[in-house]
Amino acid sequence: MGPQHPSTHGVLRLKVSVDNELVLKIEPVVGYLHRGMEKLWESLTYAQVVPMTDRLDYIAAVSNNLAFVLAVEKLMGLEIPKRAQYIRVILAEIQRLASHLAWLGFMANDIGAISVLLFGFEDREDFLDILEIYAGGRLTVHGLRIGGVPYDLDEALIALIRKSLDDLPKKIKDIETLLTKNRIWRHRTEGIGLISAAEAIEYGLTGPALRASGVAWDIRKDIPYSSYQDFDFEVPVLRGGDVYDRYLVRLEEIRQSTRIIRQALDKLPAGEIMAKVPRVLKIPAGEVFHSIEAPKGELGFYVRSNGTDKPERVKMKSPSFINLQSLPLMCRGNLFSDIVGILGSLDIVLGEIDK
Amino acid sequence: MPDVEIDRPDLEKVREALVERFGAAILETSYAHKELSFRVRKEDLLAILGLLKTDQGFNALNDMIGLDHPAPLGEGRKRFSVLYQLYRFPGFQRVRVVVDLDEGEAVDSIVPLYRAAEWAEREIFDMFGIPFAGHQDLRRIYMPDEFVGHPLRKDFPLEGNEACLLKI
Repeated sequence: MGPQHPSTHGVLRLKVSVDNELVLKIEPVVGYLHRGMEKLWESLTYAQVVPMTDRLDYIAAVSNNLAFVLAVEKLMGLEIPKRAQYIRVILAEIQRLASHLAWLGFMANDIGAISVLLFGFEDREDFLDILEIYAGGRLTVHGLRIGGVPYDLDEALIALIRKSLDDLPKKIKDIETLLTKNRIWRHRTEGIGLISAAEAIEYGLTGPALRASGVAWDIRKDIPYSSYQDFDFEVPVLRGGDVYDRYLVRLEEIRQSTRIIRQALDKLPAGEIMAKVPRVLKIPAGEVFHSIEAPKGELGFYVRSNGTDKPERVKMKSPSFINLQSLPLMCRGNLFSDIVGILGSLDIVLGEIDK
Repeated sequence: MPDVEIDRPDLEKVREALVERFGAAILETSYAHKELSFRVRKEDLLAILGLLKTDQGFNALNDMIGLDHPAPLGEGRKRFSVLYQLYRFPGFQRVRVVVDLDEGEAVDSIVPLYRAAEWAEREIFDMFGIPFAGHQDLRRIYMPDEFVGHPLRKDFPLEGNEACLLKI
């Protein structure tokens, strides 16, 4: 399958060995989109790296920005103003909504529910509009800066965010009516692509796929960053470890994200949106690893500085790369036609896998 | 060994356990930005990671990171490093284990301990040319199989080498 197969979400090749319809072995082949980002970053200044991170997981650009700026700020020991932290949370959660809605559309399309693709993308459009009004970009948003956020949220934008959040539950419910109790949908997803909690940990699985296997691990809760400890939200955990549970976990995450955004808007503190950052950023020598809960899983950056304005090494821990590793395990004993559904339930983005 | 202040008792316990069991194999301990890091002897890597995994409960591998230190290297320092970023949950703690390697020097594969290392080791092999002894399927992962060179080495030109030109 692939690398130009429509359901592989980019340029991914799967070498599949089959016995009639039964999958015996799968070997994913990646690298078709490899742009040498990590090499390029070593020649750029820290501020120049931030917009480059947009191009990794282009479905959730703000999450990439956030992981990188937090790593650099940790290295600098920089304190970020509270208002900027809250705006970051709002943007990151809006990005999570956009990412999960896009995923919902893709995944349903893979399994054959084509109309859900249209609904998912239409709903996602609201949130892309918000990001576009905020920073000017729909996919490659470049919404954050080292030290804070570039723009403040004005009343009009806050009103638009609130309206989009108010509209969302009905839209999600419409999609749910089409899928959650649909016999065909359940037949294609229940008991498919199983992975146990122990195996998931062993394979380094993170994000919604891990939580659908019964492991309660969400970095927003467990190692809070950017003031996530201020908000009241739940981390959905299910035990099935199949495609259906991954679908339910993401749907619930959409609801929890709207809760977080509402709280952040209600409690939005006044004050500065940028910390004092020199124009030429020289980062003290050292190394850090910082990770966040991105829509796809744990997204981390290792940043090593030698005291100059350019990083000596930046390594990205991309959730899709690690999660894709467990695809062969999930597909064992399933049918050939289930591969696309299982792959869809992992929610991978090739821009992030290939870097 | 040089002592460092660790202001978190749970991480301090990890260090005590490691030093007690391995002593001289722990070459250096550092603690900065609330991150605990051990530089260890290459030969003892598997034993140390095994202890961290089974006794100390560091059950997940976050990531593996390859480093090529730019010249000039300090006295007695080796050119490459491989970093193992481990994670423990529940408990939500991280530690980092570092081994240093010379050009062409192999390090033991940790796939038997952490399955997640399989692709990570292939990536480091591809980008830095560091061989992992015992890895069952050590091939390039990003670059084409016939590619010459290792892109993330500091002496690899940013604009690419001859192997980067498409042969049509």
